Amino acid sequence: MIKKTAAQMSASLTSGETTSVALTQSHLDRISEVDSKVKAFLHVDGENALAQAAKVDAERAAGKKLHPLAGVPLALKDVLAQEGVPTTAGSKILQGWKPPYDSTVVSKLKQAGIVILGKTNMDEFAMGSSTENSGYGPTFNPWDLTRTPGGSSGGSAAAVSAFEAPIAVGSDTGGSIRQPAALTGIVGVRPTYGAVSRYGLIAYSSSLDQAGPFGRTVLDTAMLHEVMAGHDPKDATSINAAVPNVIAAARSADVKGKKIGVIKQLQGSGYQAGVLARFNESLDLLASLGAEIVEVDCPSFEFALAAYYLIAPSECSSNLARFDAMRYGLRTGDDNGASAETVMNATREAGFGREVKRRIILGTYALSSGYYDAYYGSAQKIRTLIIEDYKKAFTQADVLVSPTSPITAFKIGEKSEDPIAMYLADVATIPVNLAGICGMSLPAGLADEDGLPVGFQIMAPAMQDQRLYEVGGALEAALVSKWGGHLIDQVPALGGAK
Amino acid sequence: MSSLSRDDVAKLASLARIEMTEEELVNLASQFGSILDAVARVQELNLEGVKATSHPQPIENIFREDVVLPSLTPEQALSGAPAQEDQRFRVPQILGEAE
Repeated sequence: MIKKTAAQMSASLTSGETTSVALTQSHLDRISEVDSKVKAFLHVDGENALAQAAKVDAERAAGKKLHPLAGVPLALKDVLAQEGVPTTAGSKILQGWKPPYDSTVVSKLKQAGIVILGKTNMDEFAMGSSTENSGYGPTFNPWDLTRTPGGSSGGSAAAVSAFEAPIAVGSDTGGSIRQPAALTGIVGVRPTYGAVSRYGLIAYSSSLDQAGPFGRTVLDTAMLHEVMAGHDPKDATSINAAVPNVIAAARSADVKGKKIGVIKQLQGSGYQAGVLARFNESLDLLASLGAEIVEVDCPSFEFALAAYYLIAPSECSSNLARFDAMRYGLRTGDDNGASAETVMNATREAGFGREVKRRIILGTYALSSGYYDAYYGSAQKIRTLIIEDYKKAFTQADVLVSPTSPITAFKIGEKSEDPIAMYLADVATIPVNLAGICGMSLPAGLADEDGLPVGFQIMAPAMQDQRLYEVGGALEAALVSKWGGHLIDQVPALGGAK
Repeated sequence: MSSLSRDDVAKLASLARIEMTEEELVNLASQFGSILDAVARVQELNLEGVKATSHPQPIENIFREDVVLPSLTPEQALSGAPAQEDQRFRVPQILGEAE
């Protein structure tokens, strides 16, 4: 049962072949069985999950019209507020905090009747590319438990690839959905900026943050995307327009006559041989399906990484000022004589991890008078150039493509002492965030040299998210037919398959 | 090669309200040079006349009618407070003894 797709689970629930309680229990059993090795979850909410499942089963029995995903279990990145359920963003500064409200994404999941199994591990405040920066220890890649699942949404990606949940929610500020999807052999989508409400999404870099879906197939990912997206008056940057029909697009899976632009700057040196081999094979497959492959030039992408590591830390140094030990979260050093400022300084020292401090200090520096124009100001101008590069490229192609990550899953500890090497993991995903457009990663096979999953990235203009699903659906169908099954079928059993 | 001294980092940490240990200050100062070199690449291009983008969308203020909508109760709002008193957040002293 746990190996089925969310679409198949939905069909089994509708036909009465299974119940949501049985489906939820089998996932909770799987979590008990394997999560001591994978460590995808920070909090498993079995009691509430089973109660929600029972409610859906009762509604179904009473003949109520339900959403297709009603009763299907899901894993939720711990960056989204859920009322009454511990929400930490992977940080010690929020240990034990139970939000008094639901984020809009969680409200929408609940409205659809989706069963939330628990909260997943992440790099602290989504700052990282390996989930090693979590204040609660790392998550391990189900393909090889000595390696990271990527990050920052590594817990959500690992949960889906280890069959602990069929679908999951992540967030993507510089690649934090697409890169872990690539490293764990699943599908992940970063929707257009403003397509999914940020209300209740704990902020890292507000002009870049966007929540989005994970699934083991393009269609499952589309079904969750459709639930999460939509205008929300509680988020002033939420786009007031109809949600693109991503489910129909995933089903149509049509690339005939479509122009696919390969970005010259996102390949070549620095990219692992096995990553490029799988990427080029996928291009050949798309061409054989009737797509036209063209090369596009995006010269300013070379500077995207530098711009990102100024803009995101600058915004985070401001956003994380809210953790002041006064209204919620950790407070240390309050011995009745200490001043508020002393308590604040001691709490932020005790509550924030190494990478968060590093980015706050970098952002504080980049925004300080005397350096503002040279660093933050220049980065904002590079951002304009990247947007212009995309605009031009999208006049030459319907979608743009690249490898999602230059490398496959790396070893735990391999890059954790070298921030610059870690930042390079996001080199191909960051331009999408800077431009506010949408991107997908889907599995393109295993690299020959290490047998680990490779991700294929598709990018489309703002609010054209359906194009990701059309092209992704077509490529997935061709790959599945070539392999005789989904790539995820090859993941190690971990605790024994059911 | 950019660099930042231990004292520079201490100043920034104080501005960011983080009381760092000596070890953290020294470590961060030693890493900062290579991080600054990496991000300083944004200065390589001639950016004269290029507009700055602070946000991917054109944003404008959004107003709503000034009517009371459901919101958190005082109990909910205070539910995560490290300390509270008389339906208020209790905070450490914000003024010095002499003031």
